[in-house]
Amino acid sequence: MDAPAPVLRMSGIGKQFPGVRALDRVDLRLLPGEVHALMGENGAGKSTLIKVLTGVHSVDEGAIELDGRPVAFGSPLEARQAGISTVYQEVNLCTNLSVAENILIGREPRRFGRIDWKRMRARARDLLARLELDLDVSAPLSSYSLAIQQMVAIARALDVEARVLILDEPTSSLDADEVGQLFRVMRRLKDEGIAILFVTHFLDQVYEITDRMTILRNGRLVGEYLTSELSQVELVAKMIGQELEALDKLHGEAGSFAEPLVEARGLGRPGAIDPFTLTIHEGQVVGLAGLLGSGRTEVARLLFGADHAGGGQVAIKGEPVSLRTPRAAMNHKIAFCSENRKRDGLIEDLTVRENIILALQATRGWARPVPREQQDELVGKYVKALRISPPDPEIPVRNLSGGNQQKVLLARWLILEPRLLILDEPTRGIDVGAKTEIQRLVAELSGGGVAVLFISAELEEVLRLSHKVAVLRDRRLIAELPNDDDLTKDVIMETIASGGRT
Amino acid sequence: MRRLLWPILALALLLLVNLIFTPGFFSIQLREGHLYGSLIDILRFGAPLILVSLGMTLVIATGGIDLSVGSIVAIAGALACLLIDQEQGVLVAVVLALGLSMLLGAWNGFLVAAVGIQPIIATLILMVAGRGLAQLITGGQIITVNEPGYKLIGGGYLLTVPFGVLIVLAVLAITAFLTRRLALGVLIESVGGNAEASRLAGIRSRGIIIMVYAFAALCAGVAGLMISSNVSSADGNNAGLWIELDAILAVVIGGTSLAGGRFSLGGTVIGALIIQTLTTTIYSVGVPPETTLLFKALVVTAVCLIQSQAFRDKVFHRRGRPAPPRPVAEEKVRVST
Repeated sequence: MDAPAPVLRMSGIGKQFPGVRALDRVDLRLLPGEVHALMGENGAGKSTLIKVLTGVHSVDEGAIELDGRPVAFGSPLEARQAGISTVYQEVNLCTNLSVAENILIGREPRRFGRIDWKRMRARARDLLARLELDLDVSAPLSSYSLAIQQMVAIARALDVEARVLILDEPTSSLDADEVGQLFRVMRRLKDEGIAILFVTHFLDQVYEITDRMTILRNGRLVGEYLTSELSQVELVAKMIGQELEALDKLHGEAGSFAEPLVEARGLGRPGAIDPFTLTIHEGQVVGLAGLLGSGRTEVARLLFGADHAGGGQVAIKGEPVSLRTPRAAMNHKIAFCSENRKRDGLIEDLTVRENIILALQATRGWARPVPREQQDELVGKYVKALRISPPDPEIPVRNLSGGNQQKVLLARWLILEPRLLILDEPTRGIDVGAKTEIQRLVAELSGGGVAVLFISAELEEVLRLSHKVAVLRDRRLIAELPNDDDLTKDVIMETIASGGRT
Repeated sequence: MRRLLWPILALALLLLVNLIFTPGFFSIQLREGHLYGSLIDILRFGAPLILVSLGMTLVIATGGIDLSVGSIVAIAGALACLLIDQEQGVLVAVVLALGLSMLLGAWNGFLVAAVGIQPIIATLILMVAGRGLAQLITGGQIITVNEPGYKLIGGGYLLTVPFGVLIVLAVLAITAFLTRRLALGVLIESVGGNAEASRLAGIRSRGIIIMVYAFAALCAGVAGLMISSNVSSADGNNAGLWIELDAILAVVIGGTSLAGGRFSLGGTVIGALIIQTLTTTIYSVGVPPETTLLFKALVVTAVCLIQSQAFRDKVFHRRGRPAPPRPVAEEKVRVST
C-alpha cells in the first residue's frame, strides 16, 4: 500500500509505572483521513498510550512526531493547541452549564473583556451544525441525553483546528441510532482529512467504520493491520493471545425451576417504572432487555431498595418483605452491581482490599471489624478467582482499568454470598476477555443455585446467559419470554417494537 | 508515612528556628516534680487545639466541616464553671458539660445527616447561637472558680507530666482505636469518598455522621474544660474564639483533604503542633505584636505550599513541563508500508 506521510507517528514508546511496565516499545502511526482502531483488552495499554500522546503522562522512552516534527506535550492543553483533541469515555462536561458554555469553555469569544454571548451561541450552533445537530445551545447540558452530551464533547474537541481526533470509547453508552449518527460524523471528519483514533470494545463497529487498526497486548505492540484483511476471529485471537472458544448458550434448560426466590407483585415507582410483576427462581438467570431508558435500571434499583417503591409487594421465598433501603435488601441476601461504577460503586480513594470488603463490613457495622487475616484471605481468594490485575490489593482502586474495577465490585458482592445477584451492565466498557470471564461466572453462580438478574444492552449476551428474558419498553415490563430455541435477537427486537401486543 | 514527611519537616524547621533564637529551647528539666521546658509548653498549650483538631479530622473526612467547635469550647467551660460555682462538685460539672457538648454535636449531625443541611450552614447556626448560649450560662459575666480538682484538668500535673497532655494522649489512643482497630475509619472514609456508593454498599451513613459530629463536639467540650480550668474562669465571649479555624488549618496541614475521604490522625496532631509552635515562635523571635497575625499567615501559606506536589514540581524541578522539542531528528520520515 502506498501510504501518505503519517500525520502522527509514535515510535518505541515506553512508560513505566511503579511496579508495572505499562507500555513497552509501542509504535503507532496515524494517516491523514483515516479511522484507526486502537484495539486491546483492558490493561493492554490503550489508555496509557492515549494519555502519553495527549500529554497527561510524560514519555519515558520513545519519540512522538507530529507532521514529521518531534513533539512532547507537557499537558493536554498543549496537545490540543497542537491539534490533537480527545473525547474521553466518561463524558467530562459540566452538566449544569449550557451547551454553548460547555463547547467553548475557556475559549469564550470576548468583547472588551466581557463574554460575547451572542457570538458564543452562534459559534456553538455552527460547530454543532458540523455534526448535523440542531440543539438549543442555551439549554443546560443536563437536559440532553448521554448520547447528545457525547456529541457536544466532540463538538468541543473540534473547535480547535484538530488534526487528530481521539475517541476513547465514545459509543459505550449510545444506542444503535446514535452510533449511526456518530459514524456519519466520523466519516465526514475523515473526508476533511482528520485522522481519527477510535477506541471501542464493539467489534462490529470496528469493522463498520475503521480502515486500519493497531493491536496492543500487555503493553506490547502486536501489530498494525488493515481492517479489511483481518478477520474477526483473528482479531480476537490477537487481542487475547489465545483462541477464543466458541461461546454458545451458557445456560441450561429453560423453565425447569421449582423454587421461586423473589416475587415482585405490582412493584412500581411513579415516574420511573410502571408497576410490574416478576418472579425470579433459585438458580435462574433472568435477563432484562430493552432500549436505553426503558426502565431496566429502575427495576433493579427497586429490587435492591436503592429507590423507594411507590407501591406493590415483594416476597422472598413466599415471605412478604420490605425492601426500603439497600441495607434491608442486603439482609435478604440481595446484591446489586450498579451500572455506573464511578458514581454508584467504587470508593476511589480506598484500596482494592477496602473496596472489596466494604459491603461485608457494612453489614457488620463499625464496631465489629472484619479481622485482617480474614480480609486478606477473602480478598486474596477473589483477586485470584476473578483474576484481578494487578494482583496487589493494597493499591488504590482508581489505578485499575475499567474491567478490573468491575471485577472488584463483583468481588465485593460475591463475598456476601448473595441469593439474588443483580448485575446492571456488568460488561459495559470492558474487553472481550474480561467479558467472557464475567459471563462464565454468571453461568457458574446460577449453576450453584444463585439467582441472577442480568441487565445488558447487548442482546446476544442476554440471550447467551438467561433462562428467561423480561422485555421492557417505555418504562413498562411488556413481556416475559422463556429462552428456548425459538427465542432469537430478532424476536426480542420485534417484541420491543410491537410493544408486546403480538 | 510518606505523606507525613513534609508536615514533619515543617515542624522540625520551626523548632530549629526557635533553637537559634532561644539556645535553651530544647532543654527539658524536672522542677518541683514537674517536667519543664519550651517543648513541654508547646504540648501543654497546644493540647486544646490538638483535641479540637482530632474531632475536626473525622468530620472533614466525612466530607463535612464543623464551625461550631469554638462555641462548644465556650459552652462547656461556662457550664462547668457555673456548676462548680453553685457547689455541685467537679465530677458532676465535668460530666454535665461534656454531656451537653455531645448533645449539641449530635444536633449538628442530625441537621447534616437527617435534615440534609449543608455542613457549613448547619454548624454555622450553632457557631453563632452557641456564643449566645455560653453568655446566657455565664449571665454575661466572667465566672471565676477556685477549685483545685478542676484546676487539675488544664493546669495540673500527673507523674510529672502536664495533665492536659495525658488527656490528649488518651483521646488520641481512643480515636485511633475506634478508627483503625475497629472499622469506623474505613466507613468514614467511604462515606466521605463517595456517599451514594457507600449507601448502595449498605453503609448506614446517617448514624456514622451523627456519631462523628458528636465526637467532634465531645473533643471540643474537653478542650473547653481544659481552657477554662487553666485560667480558673469561664469567658463566654472569648474562650475558644477562632479555634475552629486553627483546627481546620491543622487538619489540612496534616494532609487530610477538605473534600473528604482519606484522613490522617498523625498528620493532624503534627499540624496542630505546627500551629502551636508557630505561636510560640512569634513570642520567642520577638515579632512585633501588631504584625503577628500577618507573620502567622505567611508561615502557614509557606507550609501549605511546600506540601503541594504541584507547587514543588513547578519550583524545584520544573517537571511536567518538559523541554521544548529538540531539533535532533530532522531526517525525513521513512515512509513504510
